[in-house]
Amino acid sequence: MSTPDPLDTAALDAAVDAALADIAAAGDLDALKAVRTRHTGDRSPLALANRAIGGLPGPQKAAAGKNVGPRRGRVTQALAARQAELEAEREAQVLATEAVDVTLPTGRAPMGARHPIELVQERVADFFVGLGWEIADGPEVEAEWFNFDALNFGPDHPARQMQDTFYVAGTDGETGGDGPNLVLRTHTSPVQARSLLARGVPLYVAVPGKVFRTDALDATHTPVFHQVEGLAVDKGLTMGNLVGTLDAFARAMFGPEAKTRLRPSFFPFTEPSAEMDLWFPQKKGGPGWIEWGGCGMVHPNVLRAAGVDPEEYSGFAFGMGIERTLMLRHSIADMHDIVEGDVRFSTQFGTEI
Amino acid sequence: MPRIVMDWLGEHVELPADLTAERLAADLVRVGLEEEAVHGAAVTGPLVVGRVVELTPEPQKNGKTINWCQVDVGEHNVDGAARGIVCGAHNFAVGDLVVVALPGAVLPGPFAISSRKTYGHVSDGMICSVRELGIGDDHDGIMVLTRHGFDAADLTPGQDAVALLGLGDEVLEINVTPDRGYAFSYRGVAREYAHSTGAAFTDRGLPEALPTPPPAATPDGFAVEVDDDAPVHGQVGCDRFVTRVVRGIDPGAPTPAWMRRRLEGSGMRSISLAVDVTNYVMLDLGQPLHAYDLVKVAAPVVVRRAAPGERLTTLDDVERRLDPEDLLITDSPDGARGSRVLGLAGVMGGASSEVGGTTTDVLVEAAHFDPVSVARTARRHRLPSEAAKRFERGVDPSLPPVAAQRVVDLLVELGGGTADPAVGDLDTVAPPAPVAFDVTLPARLAGVPYTREEVVGTLREIGCAIDEPAASDDQGTDVVVTPPTWRPDLTEPAALVEEVVRITGYDRVPSVLPAAPGGRGLTTEQRTRRSVARALAEAGLVEVLSYPFVGPADLDALGLPGDDERRLAVRLANPLADDRPLMRTHLLVTLLETARRNVSRGIGDVAVFELGLVTRPTPGAPPAPQLPVGVRPSGAELEALAAAVPAQPRHVAGVLAGRRRPAGWWGTGRPADWADALEVAQLVARRVGVELTPAADATRMPWHPGRCAALALADGTVVGHAGELHPTVVERLGLPARASAFELDLSAMVAATGEEPVAARPVSAFPAAKEDFAFVVDADVPAADVRAAVVAGAGELLEDATLFDVYTGEQVGAGKKSLAYSLRLRAADRTLGADDVRSVRESVVAAAAERVGAVLRG
Repeated sequence: MSTPDPLDTAALDAAVDAALADIAAAGDLDALKAVRTRHTGDRSPLALANRAIGGLPGPQKAAAGKNVGPRRGRVTQALAARQAELEAEREAQVLATEAVDVTLPTGRAPMGARHPIELVQERVADFFVGLGWEIADGPEVEAEWFNFDALNFGPDHPARQMQDTFYVAGTDGETGGDGPNLVLRTHTSPVQARSLLARGVPLYVAVPGKVFRTDALDATHTPVFHQVEGLAVDKGLTMGNLVGTLDAFARAMFGPEAKTRLRPSFFPFTEPSAEMDLWFPQKKGGPGWIEWGGCGMVHPNVLRAAGVDPEEYSGFAFGMGIERTLMLRHSIADMHDIVEGDVRFSTQFGTEI
Repeated sequence: MPRIVMDWLGEHVELPADLTAERLAADLVRVGLEEEAVHGAAVTGPLVVGRVVELTPEPQKNGKTINWCQVDVGEHNVDGAARGIVCGAHNFAVGDLVVVALPGAVLPGPFAISSRKTYGHVSDGMICSVRELGIGDDHDGIMVLTRHGFDAADLTPGQDAVALLGLGDEVLEINVTPDRGYAFSYRGVAREYAHSTGAAFTDRGLPEALPTPPPAATPDGFAVEVDDDAPVHGQVGCDRFVTRVVRGIDPGAPTPAWMRRRLEGSGMRSISLAVDVTNYVMLDLGQPLHAYDLVKVAAPVVVRRAAPGERLTTLDDVERRLDPEDLLITDSPDGARGSRVLGLAGVMGGASSEVGGTTTDVLVEAAHFDPVSVARTARRHRLPSEAAKRFERGVDPSLPPVAAQRVVDLLVELGGGTADPAVGDLDTVAPPAPVAFDVTLPARLAGVPYTREEVVGTLREIGCAIDEPAASDDQGTDVVVTPPTWRPDLTEPAALVEEVVRITGYDRVPSVLPAAPGGRGLTTEQRTRRSVARALAEAGLVEVLSYPFVGPADLDALGLPGDDERRLAVRLANPLADDRPLMRTHLLVTLLETARRNVSRGIGDVAVFELGLVTRPTPGAPPAPQLPVGVRPSGAELEALAAAVPAQPRHVAGVLAGRRRPAGWWGTGRPADWADALEVAQLVARRVGVELTPAADATRMPWHPGRCAALALADGTVVGHAGELHPTVVERLGLPARASAFELDLSAMVAATGEEPVAARPVSAFPAAKEDFAFVVDADVPAADVRAAVVAGAGELLEDATLFDVYTGEQVGAGKKSLAYSLRLRAADRTLGADDVRSVRESVVAAAAERVGAVLRG
């Protein structure tokens, strides 16, 4: 290739034009690489012209530099711009070839789930913790005294017979001796006495847990089920406070329209006692009242059994079925689904409800 | 539970004419009498009185004879002619008034009546039996109305028989709570209705309500002696016993139709006039009564406890062995005082003195028995009779003379009898105990600003007598309240508060959320439990809940040896299933059953877990002390209670069967194996915050002897096991091969965590150096030991050591294996130099050689 005269601007322009034309014509990065060598390499016309500047007499050097420098700059810029263009094009092509069917199923890791009965209990616990209450636990195989007597069910109390209690005979293999006076707790209420004895007053506790009655399993009954018990004992607590707590609890579980209603009833461990109905906006066939649980003001004998002076302290207690709450909230028609442990049931609920 | 026939209730309290069962239920529930059920009309459609005008017996080929009848049904006759009806029964004749179900009627069953062709005739309806009408079990054939207490003069063919027999009424059944025994009667329900609605109430349980007041006791009344030598809780079993005698009753006198209708509507069978009358008065007033055949009772009647070995055949024809605690009614044949048992007091009479078809003279008993004694006897003999139901809830002890008089009046009126002037009334009833009461208590306990007048007025309304200081400016708030005789439940101020709130309406109680003093949030154990459950769910396991009931066969299926500590279980006295009387001592036994159920339902890959309590009784634990109601146990008693309740640690267990990683378009997935079980167990440990060290355990069923790890806390306590299940167990349970499982004692793990917060180590930003090692060791050297040697040799510069390859084969020789570790080294304060790395390398190799005989692979 001949060396253009660095003072011949027409020749220089021709070299630039040739370079720009080749750059524009380069169809891919490999072609552009060859163009780069041809027009900016050591032996390219502009490089040669640049080198020739050194051989010019001093006074011409400046003019030649002004001729060559900017022209080389234009070529370099054009190369860079084309390089970027072609790189983008190539990347787009590669990405296009890498496209997949994103609708393919992706369950490569197994999906687990919590049991909704546990999730409801956790939600209930969160509500009460939010009120500043604490969550208490107790044993499922329980002393009769805690399950009954501490709750003002004497041995001959008629209500003690209504409880459908599982009684403990003893330890398998051991013979003789009297009965151990143990039962499977029929309600979470024995934790009332346990909490009062262990924690003292003032006391605000909720007790979710498993309870047992000798009912055969059918669509609405199960011998093993869950309740949540609430107990508040403090100075000056009223039945109005019971209603206020129940209303807030109902709203937390069933939405802002939910509310509660009390009907007179009887439990040995509360006086006054009430059955609690829930106004259930999502009830099948239209909003209406449904039974949700029992409640009342703590019976003085329950306080006495825990060494609390009923003249000084009053309290309220309530209990409701977790299964019932779950069935209402989630339109579950058959208890079998809840108790059988079929993974297809739990899986519907994920890890939060 | 009591059923309420509306017009009967109306004899005690004013009712609106259009009162429906639904409305009545709403009125009663407000004061605490809950609806149990509304029993719908038993019969719908045309059911009418008919007169048989022709009856032609027609013998059939099958040997039966049917009657082809023409029955006059008045306005329901077809074209003025009697209807032709085929009937198979023979207990009626021409002229009899019967009940005819016409086509379109629906009888209980439901049994729809239509016109049909049979035996060569078109039978245009049905002549009904008592049984078909659902009002009795009589097998005696057709219901001839005049034999059922109806007077022919009151009956006309065509008349509506639904109303006549009371079959069209809806009947409300209510639930009576144990504290409200008085509501087990029309008298009590009416009183409550009045409280709820303000309707005018007439107390028919008071002597003044009778046409003639009951006579006072006479010295020649039938002799009764109470001889209770073993009172329950010191309470003499009988404190009142009224006797009356009615003679010359016509044994054939029928129970009038109105009474039968009311009894049947109230859920009671009609038996005979004398028995029906006692039942009627019991339902009416709430006083259980008994009628004896006078000739079969020899004075004196003695009320006493049973002697050991005594027997009695009760009215239900069951011979019962009596318990020395049973209170008995006995008499004295041949002068032998109290020698013959007549009945279980307050529960059920005996067969020997039963009134029967020939009884003309009747001895009426109206007594009051101790609720506890009656309840125990009823329970012992499984006899929840109508009498026992009332006595155990408490009967008004002032009722006996009134109720006895009612019975006498009815037997005289309906049975043609004559009352003896002699009246017995043994009466040692204690008056109701007064209750000291602060009239401000209802307002303080309910949070409703009741006035003094409201409180006092309400208590008077329910029958209490109030003794209050004379009205003056400084009238105190303390009064003395004496409850009425029918309210034995009102023994505490709180009970009086309930009455005030109940009668004035629970709807007046405001809704006020109390401010708790602020709690400490969930406990560590509670938070950990959640964290573990969530981690397992996120790791792909599904939480399930299984019943805790197991049987020896379930433990055998797991191959537990006879002396395994997991066989030491609590046994239930009354299990639901006789083959599962034990409470589980570990979770896997029931969780594996749940896994199996899923597999049998076609779920091939099952990963399930459960968190729950297990019961671990202490051998030889003492029984729990039986302590009284309303008294705080002493410290020693609380300790005894604690010692008697078996330990119930919370466990967590999981089963992994089938694939651990699912199959799909990406490949065949990966089967679950022993390592998955251990991995999940270690995940639990990490969430709890404890380190579990695995060690081979070849003897723990139900696991594979070569693929089971015992998992121990830092102090060596084994808290659980994980690994592949024993192939025999897997096969027995029908689980996929290689099914794996773990079980951990979560309570023990949580207890092992410190309350101290984790002290953070600073994170070094200096560069890391990597060094790899491949060691050859004997094949039986546990990888955990090799790792321990590597870690010890690497010292404090070690940040992480990963076992990245395990190799056995020719290159390392028989009986050997190669373990390759990649170590990441880093210093807290500098970039590591070549000398540092060389020094670590040398000491790792030395430690491995020394501790586990490892040779660096060349």
